[in-house]
Amino acid sequence: MTDRVDSAALPAIGGWTHGSLRRIAAMMLRYWYLLRSSWPRLIDLVYWPTVQMVTWGFLQYYVATNAGFFARAGGTFIGAVLLWDILFRGQLGFSISFLEEMWSRNIGNLMMSPLRPHEFIAALMVMSVVRLSVGLIPVTLLAIAFFGFNLYGLGLALVAFFFNLMLTSWAIGIFVSGLLLRNGMGAENLAWSIMFLFMPLTCVYYPVTTLPGWLQPVAWALPPTYVFEGMRALLIDKVFRPDLMIDALELNAVLFAAALFGFLKLLKSARRHGSLMQSGE
Amino acid sequence: MLASPPPISVDRLVKIYKTVAAVDGISFTLKPGSVTGLLGGNGAGKTTTIATIMGLVLPTSGRVTVLGAEMPKERYRVLHRMNFESPYVEVPMRLTVRQNLTVFGMLYGVEDLRGRLAELARQLDLADLLDRPTGKLSAGQKTRVALAKALINNPDVLLLDEPTASLDPDTADWVRGHLERYCRERRATVLLASHNMLEVERLCERVIIMKRGRIEDDDTPPKLLAHYGRRTLEEVFLDVARGSGIQREAAQ
Repeated sequence: MTDRVDSAALPAIGGWTHGSLRRIAAMMLRYWYLLRSSWPRLIDLVYWPTVQMVTWGFLQYYVATNAGFFARAGGTFIGAVLLWDILFRGQLGFSISFLEEMWSRNIGNLMMSPLRPHEFIAALMVMSVVRLSVGLIPVTLLAIAFFGFNLYGLGLALVAFFFNLMLTSWAIGIFVSGLLLRNGMGAENLAWSIMFLFMPLTCVYYPVTTLPGWLQPVAWALPPTYVFEGMRALLIDKVFRPDLMIDALELNAVLFAAALFGFLKLLKSARRHGSLMQSGE
Repeated sequence: MLASPPPISVDRLVKIYKTVAAVDGISFTLKPGSVTGLLGGNGAGKTTTIATIMGLVLPTSGRVTVLGAEMPKERYRVLHRMNFESPYVEVPMRLTVRQNLTVFGMLYGVEDLRGRLAELARQLDLADLLDRPTGKLSAGQKTRVALAKALINNPDVLLLDEPTASLDPDTADWVRGHLERYCRERRATVLLASHNMLEVERLCERVIIMKRGRIEDDDTPPKLLAHYGRRTLEEVFLDVARGSGIQREAAQ
C-alpha cells in the first residue's frame, strides 16, 4: 500500500500548507490537459482578439489619414483594444476555467477534496494568464506586422498597465465564480457579459472628460480607467503617469479584497443552500 | 490512553432548506472499519446527510464530526483521509483516465502517484483504459474510474452514494466485490446510500433506514428482517416506505 501525505500534521501558514503548491499545480495541470485536448478551445483563445485588433486597426488607419489629431495619436485605438483584451480576456480566462468545472460537474469533487478555496483561486489566476498569453501574444505580433503598432514598445509602462488590468480581471472573475457557486449555471451569462458594463465606464476608447460630469466620479472609481488614461497620456503626450498607476493599484487592492470577501460569503451561502451538489440552473 | 474518535458521528443533525426539513434531528455513530447502509426512498434525506458529512452542506443545527473533526469547519484536517463517489458529480470527461487520476492524486497528496495508479489500474482492471478519454468509456467503465478516484488516497472514510446505479448485474457485482476487499484490507469505514437492497444485504453489517428526514430504524440486517417479519430487506424497505411496518407494530 502507498502512504498519504498527512497534510493535517504539516504547518499551515496563513491557510497555505505544505501541499498548497502541489494542489495548485494539480489544478493547472487539469486545465492544461483540457486545453491541449481541444483545438477549438485553443482557436477560440486567438480568434476574437484577432478580429477585434484587425477591425480597430483599420479604423485607426482610416481616421489617422483623415484627421490631424488622430495622426498624432497614433496607436491609441489598437493600444486600447489590446489593453481592453487583457482586461476582458483575463476575466474570461479565469471564469471559463471555473465554468469548465461546472460544465463537467466536477465542482463537488473539488470542494470535497483537500483543495482550499484560495488555492483554487490561485490556480485560476495563473491559468487566466496562460490563456491570455496563448491568445494575445500572437495578436500583438500581428499588430506589429499589420499596423506597425508595437505594444511591447510601451516598455515598463506596459508592465504597470498589465498588472493593474489583471488584478481587476481577477477580482471580477473571483466574484463571478462566487455567484456561479451560489446560483449555479443560471449565472453563467454574467461570466460572459459582466465586463462589458465596464467598457463605457472605464473609458477604453475616449478620455474621461467625454463622460457627463455626474458619471466621471464613477469612472474614476474603477481601476482600469486609470490604465486607459495612462495609455493615452503615454501615446499622445509621450508622458508616463506613475500617479495614475498607483491610484489604480490602491483601488485594485480594495476591489480584490472585496471580491475575495464576496466569494467566501457566496461559498458559505452555497453550503447553506446545498448548491455545491448541483451544477444546473 | 485516549480512545480514537469515531470515524463518523452525527448528532441531532437538522438541515432545513427554506421551509422543508430535508434532515430532521438524526443521530448516529459509525464504528471504525464498519460498513453501514443508508436506506430510504427519494427525498428521505440520504444525500443531504452524506453531503453534510462531506462538508458540502452546512447544517441548520446539530453537529457532524469525521475522524474527530467538526464538519465543515475543520474539514481540511480530514479531507485527505476521506473520499466519495456520487451520481451528483462526475470525473471530467475530456481528460483521459490517467490524467484524471493524476490530477486527483496530486490534489489528495498521494505519494508515489505512479505506483498508486499502477496499483489501481491492476485492481480495477483499468490498464487498457488509462489513456482513453473518460467521456468515451461505457457506463460500467466510468463507474470503475469513479471508484478509482474515490480510492486514490486509500481513504479511511468512504462515502458512497448509489455506487452501482445504472450498472449491469455483472459489473455491479464486480464493484461490490472490490469494495468488500478494500474495506476488509484497509479497515475503512464506509457509509453507503443505495436503493439496491441486495447490495446493502451483501455489504452492510448495519442499516439505517430514513424516511422524511428522520431515522425510521437502525439495526443489523438480520435483526431488521426479524423485527419486520420479512425475508428480504426489499420487503422491509417497502414496509417502511408505505408505513405498513408501523401499522403492524401498532396492531401488535
